[in-house]
Amino acid sequence: MQRIGVFVCWCGSNIAGTVDVQAVSDALAHEPGVVFSTNYQYMCSQAGQNMIKDAVAEHKLTGIVVCSCSPRMHEATFRKTAAAAGINPYMVEIANIREQCSWVHKDMQTGTEKAIILGKAAVAKVNLNTPLTPGESPVTKRALVIGGGIAGIQTALDIADAGFPVDIVEKKPTIGGKMAQLDKTFPTLDCAACILTPKMVDVAQNDKIRIFSYSEVTDVKGFVGNFDVTIKKHARYVKEDICTGCGACTEKCPMKKVPNEFNLGMDNRSAIYIPFAQAVPKVATIDPNYCNMLKNGKCGVCSKVCAAGAIDYTQKDEFIEEKYGAIVVATGFNPISMDKFDEFAYNQSKDVITSLEFERLTNAAGPTAGKLLRPSDLKHPHTIVFVQCVGSRCDACAEKGKEYCSKICCMYTAKHAMLTRDKYPDTEVYVFYIDVRTPGKNFDEFYRRAVEEYGVHYIKGMVGKVTPEGDKLKVQASDLLANKQLHIDADLVVLAAAIEPDKSARPLATMLTASMDTNDFFTEAHPKLRPVESPTAGVFLSGACQGPKDIPETVSQAGAAASKVIGLLAKDKLTGNPCVASSNELMCNGCSTCERVCPYGAITYENKEFRMPDRTTAIRRIAVVNPAVCQGCGCCTVACPSGAMDLRGFANSQIIAEVDAICK
Amino acid sequence: MHNKNQYLQEELLRTSGVNPKKCMRCGKCSATCPAYDEMEYHPHQFVNMVESGDIEPLLNSKSLYRCLSCFACIDRCPRGVEPAKLVEAVRLAAIRKQGANHLKADDVPAMLDDDIPQQALVSAFRKYAK
Repeated sequence: MQRIGVFVCWCGSNIAGTVDVQAVSDALAHEPGVVFSTNYQYMCSQAGQNMIKDAVAEHKLTGIVVCSCSPRMHEATFRKTAAAAGINPYMVEIANIREQCSWVHKDMQTGTEKAIILGKAAVAKVNLNTPLTPGESPVTKRALVIGGGIAGIQTALDIADAGFPVDIVEKKPTIGGKMAQLDKTFPTLDCAACILTPKMVDVAQNDKIRIFSYSEVTDVKGFVGNFDVTIKKHARYVKEDICTGCGACTEKCPMKKVPNEFNLGMDNRSAIYIPFAQAVPKVATIDPNYCNMLKNGKCGVCSKVCAAGAIDYTQKDEFIEEKYGAIVVATGFNPISMDKFDEFAYNQSKDVITSLEFERLTNAAGPTAGKLLRPSDLKHPHTIVFVQCVGSRCDACAEKGKEYCSKICCMYTAKHAMLTRDKYPDTEVYVFYIDVRTPGKNFDEFYRRAVEEYGVHYIKGMVGKVTPEGDKLKVQASDLLANKQLHIDADLVVLAAAIEPDKSARPLATMLTASMDTNDFFTEAHPKLRPVESPTAGVFLSGACQGPKDIPETVSQAGAAASKVIGLLAKDKLTGNPCVASSNELMCNGCSTCERVCPYGAITYENKEFRMPDRTTAIRRIAVVNPAVCQGCGCCTVACPSGAMDLRGFANSQIIAEVDAICK
Repeated sequence: MHNKNQYLQEELLRTSGVNPKKCMRCGKCSATCPAYDEMEYHPHQFVNMVESGDIEPLLNSKSLYRCLSCFACIDRCPRGVEPAKLVEAVRLAAIRKQGANHLKADDVPAMLDDDIPQQALVSAFRKYAK
């Protein structure tokens, strides 16, 4: 028989406000096995924990029930307390009387009744608990970073700086991501390339970092500390180690009408290409959709002009298998498609562009060599209208757009407006805004400078429609403060398109069993206290894959994710979870049902010799669980037809005892 | 006065099915409105004024009859507020107020002929009967 102590927490007024804590501790005092029952204001405080330790010593407790918040919050705390008091940590049960009781009930009587029932269930379970000892697993001391934008680059550099090897997988032919496409960065207006490209070079030169460019993760197996990852390296038809990046092939390639994705299709590139001058790795890639040699075997010019002999038309996709201890997701974002926003005439006029296209138009390495010329006729625009919140902050039920604020648009629009007025003072610049959101260091000051020093016209209101007419764009908008409808003849309209997670994020999340929200942003383990960790152990989050963010924020998060990875890789062994499945070999009939339902591949079969009652021997096929791989989800225990599978710490008998206690 | 408006406000919200609290004050409805210059009160003001209970000026405004019911504001509202439905509801409230009891059920049989669609009768009742 256990000697159980019950500790009911008030959680200030969080629990005590709707639950009569005294009544709960009184009621539970009479439950079978309970020898001590009390309540206290904050059980998780030092004083509360000491109360538990003292009671263990005084009443010789063998089990503990804490009626408090969710076990996700403080189960680990109270397990440590138990261990310090000399009890096995798995002899502690938490009855969640806060999130699942006091917070959802308004009525004291109902709340108290439910709290008592939840406490009784926990007591019934502890009566059947047995001490458990966690196993250990080794840690592969190498990290994988998925995505080679500024988030992935910074994370990789910081991990490598601590001495651990890191691999970056980037699906484009070069690392650099969205930041490489930007012109200047707010609020300091440093040139994006000037601060990014040295980091890209650092990555290339760091002997701890390997770059798998033009590659994708296709399979992830294993668990924290021991991931087995398959990386698909797409054939680029150029030998990476031989190509010098001289660019002779790109100049001579006769197929020059390929839309250049780096400039968002505003100019063309050749079929063999290097995305931009500072690309890392600086290696040419052949686009198989446009290359004549690959499509119909006629051409071969690049092979002839390549002095290094790097062209290889027979190259095949390559699969690389590697082990990692930790995985960082840094898959980034994209602007949403403007196809559904007909009112802004994006698909009707070349002179209606997105903000990212505007970045390329003002970038010295862009299609207009940095001169602000409108795409249709390459004339200098004299009136520019910027539209904020295009597709951001939409109704959840709307057919188009996103419900969230994209966060970066207010600042980059202020930047665009300011830079335009600075370079071309003869240009009239209008910014239509719903709210100007500039919370950030030196952000609001920056926006005010755009208005006060650079004379940008900020108008509270939205653009209703844009109609191309002749060489003008007729903009109809409202000025809410003047209570007027405005009609502006613009030369260029710039749409601040909402941003969304990269499309590769959702299939990746499935591979990683990492959770996502409805917008396909990765969910963090705790929104405030564990912001760079995924709830899946060993998976970390960096940059805009977790939510919209600007460069300073991305870099801070990248560093934070790196420090979490370093903390993990610095360990030689990881303590496992002892609450894993195990099969009773005498009852197992080897039917394979559990193997089929196991999401982690933790179950295998072996043939074992048994002495039968009639003294003969028989070889029977039985299930064996690998405790290092098992995550304790319990699928197998439900599926097992013979009742041979059970979960330690959550045995069928324990669950039934809880249900009985609740229904009694 | 306040109570009367509250009743009217609830009726307008119920008949229109519009929730003005969803409005984020972006003004896109008024930006897109082709009849803007004809209207004393603009689509965004309808939403705002009904929400604050300031309904009398709307009931007495010519703006009600300037709305083309083109539904551009409904199509483009990013928050799904549907201002045109609210304008329609206010228009209906004004018409009912003015035209109440102009049509009795007993009068209908005399007006009937084979070409009158069922819908016209229903509309006539909506407008002129109370």
